Amino acid sequence: MPICSPMRPARANDTSVRRAPRLSRRLTVACALVVLLLLAMALSVAFGARQVGLAEIIAAVSGRVETLGDAAVASRIPRTLLALLAGAALAISGGVMQGLTRNPLADPGLLGVNAGAALAVVMGIAWFRIDDLAHYIWFALGGAALAAVGVYAIASVARGGATPLRLALAGAAVTAALSSLTTAIILPRGDIGGLVQSWLVGGVGGATYAQILPILPFLLAGLVISLLAARKLNLLALGDDTAAGLGEKVALARALSAIGAVLLCAPVTAACGPIGFVGLVVPHACRLLAGGDYRWLLPFSALGGAILLTLSDVLGRLIARPDELDVGIVTAFIGAPVFIWIVRRRKVGAL
Amino acid sequence: MSHPMSHSSLHAQTLTAGYAERRVLDNVNLTIPAGQCTAIVGANACGKSTLLRVLSRLLPPSQGQVLLDGTDIHRLPTRHLAKRLGFLPQSPIAPDGITVLELVSRGRHPHQGLFNRWRPEDDAAVVEALSATHMEALADVQVDELSGGQRQRAWIAMALAQQTDVLLLDEPTTFLDINHQIEVLDLLTDLNHSRGTTIVMVLHELNLAARYADTLIAMAKGNVYAMGAAAEVLTATMVREVFGLENRVIADPVTGKPMMIPLGRHGGVAHVQD
Amino acid sequence: MSARPESAALAHLRQLRHRRSQQLWQRLGLLGVCLFAGVVLTLTLGQSYTPVTTVMRVLGGAEVPGVGFTVRELRLPRAVVALGAGACFGLAGVAFQTLLRNPLASPDIIGISTGASTGAVFAIVVLSLNGPAVSLAAIGAALGVALLIYLLSWRQGVTGGRLILIGIGLSAMLQSVTAYLLMRAPNWSLQEALRWMTGSLNGARLDQALPLLAALLVFGGLLLSRRRDLDALRMGDDVAAGLGVHLGAARVTIVLAAVGLAAVATAMTGPIAFVAFLAGPIALRLTRQSGALLLPAALVGALLVLLGDYAGQFLLPARYPVGIVTGVLGAPYLLYLIVRDGNARRTL
Repeated sequence: MPICSPMRPARANDTSVRRAPRLSRRLTVACALVVLLLLAMALSVAFGARQVGLAEIIAAVSGRVETLGDAAVASRIPRTLLALLAGAALAISGGVMQGLTRNPLADPGLLGVNAGAALAVVMGIAWFRIDDLAHYIWFALGGAALAAVGVYAIASVARGGATPLRLALAGAAVTAALSSLTTAIILPRGDIGGLVQSWLVGGVGGATYAQILPILPFLLAGLVISLLAARKLNLLALGDDTAAGLGEKVALARALSAIGAVLLCAPVTAACGPIGFVGLVVPHACRLLAGGDYRWLLPFSALGGAILLTLSDVLGRLIARPDELDVGIVTAFIGAPVFIWIVRRRKVGAL
Repeated sequence: MSHPMSHSSLHAQTLTAGYAERRVLDNVNLTIPAGQCTAIVGANACGKSTLLRVLSRLLPPSQGQVLLDGTDIHRLPTRHLAKRLGFLPQSPIAPDGITVLELVSRGRHPHQGLFNRWRPEDDAAVVEALSATHMEALADVQVDELSGGQRQRAWIAMALAQQTDVLLLDEPTTFLDINHQIEVLDLLTDLNHSRGTTIVMVLHELNLAARYADTLIAMAKGNVYAMGAAAEVLTATMVREVFGLENRVIADPVTGKPMMIPLGRHGGVAHVQD
Repeated sequence: MSARPESAALAHLRQLRHRRSQQLWQRLGLLGVCLFAGVVLTLTLGQSYTPVTTVMRVLGGAEVPGVGFTVRELRLPRAVVALGAGACFGLAGVAFQTLLRNPLASPDIIGISTGASTGAVFAIVVLSLNGPAVSLAAIGAALGVALLIYLLSWRQGVTGGRLILIGIGLSAMLQSVTAYLLMRAPNWSLQEALRWMTGSLNGARLDQALPLLAALLVFGGLLLSRRRDLDALRMGDDVAAGLGVHLGAARVTIVLAAVGLAAVATAMTGPIAFVAFLAGPIALRLTRQSGALLLPAALVGALLVLLGDYAGQFLLPARYPVGIVTGVLGAPYLLYLIVRDGNARRTL
């Protein structure tokens, strides 16, 4: 039989058997997530390549930097903030992409969106001599948007629409081509050769406040737009025709949520490099906890993503002591098994 | 004809088989009549396709055995077995761009060793298969370009080039228009008559099965419900019990074979009361 | 049936068969000529031009000042390794594509080349191995990844779609492992990193040809001995089994041989992007063959690597490793496959 079968709502089989969680349960889960996030932040400040005592942590957090230990801890604070923001943004972005494409395997990394952002930034650096993050972001936004639209268009042109297999393949192909181009641009330029490293694997090491401030307005805008689009995503989940029948402007809903998703993931890529799988894993986990209603799912994903990335970063610091494992590698290790689990769970026809 | 009209006998002994946890066949015993045309019928998921897959050694049974002339087929070397027993799955897939001639030539696979070259008898077998299926004129045409009936004939020709005594077919008429269904079944009957090939096929369409098969096997719940000549097997009671369908069986005005007429809730029952 | 028409039919059939095989040999000959021309080109024309006669003399052992080093140490090893690795990738790709009846199931897409690359990098960076041990590590890792993909995608049988997706997932994970290992390597160099990420012929040595040749002889020979089974497998597992193919044995042999080919080639040159993926389909379109495409695919693979490397070195504004060239070339074809692929019934 043909592998591709008509598209169906991706989540229908996940949620139809379960009753929507009650409000009280959702609030409990939310509280638990907030507590977990605070804990993760505390861990992230307390643990690292250098072992420090409680006094040094307190000193650094209250703003006094006197000893070497204080300085180490103080440098962990912006890093923690960046991990938190990046995780939240990537997770919401992934959740929105999954809803928008009605596809459980959507993720800014897998769909080639991060590779698009990376290529655009490298082009900016190599050809337009941009050199600060505030300018990177605009290039990243452009590249991410083009890649996202391109991948989705390629996957949906084929008969039967954008199945998970097609989207994943189109994403892989676009990623391969774009990263080849990225390398091709950097390679002849000895002056920016060191950049290759940072575009291979994403990380939050060495983060500064100067790296966080420029991306904040974009993330905020992306967050607002995504939350506004949540109700529309709920309708899109029923299928385009049903959504239209219920009075939704499907194209507009798609465009709006796509803008939200890109505004969230592109600045993160500009600041940290490509970090994969967060956008895939977190919304799935949150769907199990909070149900499929996007008005709940997206805020939950934000919390979950922040927790995941912060903890992954701590893990990366602890595993490879005194070295560090970039957070992009840790998330790949956590994410790939989840990806495989999702693929295995689905019926063949839906691939 | 280049091959003898030897009739191989195919027996199933206490066959139990299934997939993963699901047991589909439960202790089936039967003998396929040699040199005849046998059709297996039954409701969906009654195990008829599974039975065919076990008989053709695609699926190993969890218990029991399939004997071809007294030897367990799972003990025979696959290539050896493929010279005596052919199998055609439901809607097989032809490689892109393959011509009819090439497809039919593939049927010679079990007769060729590791490095031996194409021999004259291979050519002869292919020509014979093409002519038996009336596909000579289409030998150089690509399989993708054939009509549904022609394509099925090409596949049957491939199975014929294999020159086996027994040929098993899984729903050879699915997805075909009614004229092509008849074309394929006529062809299989010709082969059975002219070469004495033992034919076993799973069929969906009860009336066609009754008309073309010498022997009918009706299956229900993983076992043989009834087996014998069409007139004995295709009865109103059988259809009611196997398919859960109210019906009436009359004699086909053309062939005299039994013919089943379903009685739905809106079947206009008054008109068929006798 | 009378004897006359039967023999006429026989003659007609022989004629058809003859025409087909003649066509095949013509196309193969054409490929061979292209390959030869490519080798001559890469040996004579680089940054400087060396006349064919001089090249012949150098290869014959004569010492020609200023040219001997260029031809013998730079151009010849490059061409030989390109041919060997390309043929290995081409064979491995077409074997996988035929076995799984899916053009997307080539070792470079489902992560087997990536696995080999990770294994090789691990052996070099962490275990400080070199030489044949690296090849063995690559083969071991590639086999492990192949087994893992198979086990993970097994759920009451393996379907192509699930296997490919799981391969993509594993591949993403392995890529970041390779990247990490490379970045942590004590003597990080961009050239070395690119070799293991995208594949490159920079620094090719003549002694690398030996393992490639051995792989082609052993694993290629193994595949060739299974070519009839591969023919039959193109029509589906059931039909192949019906024709007397021992599915289990055939699958194990073919996968072993294909993994071995891809892994040895990767250990020598890195995972040259998309050569395994492209060789089979290009060979199919060139030869219009319905049979196993082993020989044509090997030739096409060799040609792709040879010309891709040449283009990367001399035809572009800067020097690029071959993997970048084939990576940019292959992606559009993959995208085309996705767009065209309304029906998954197409086999290669």
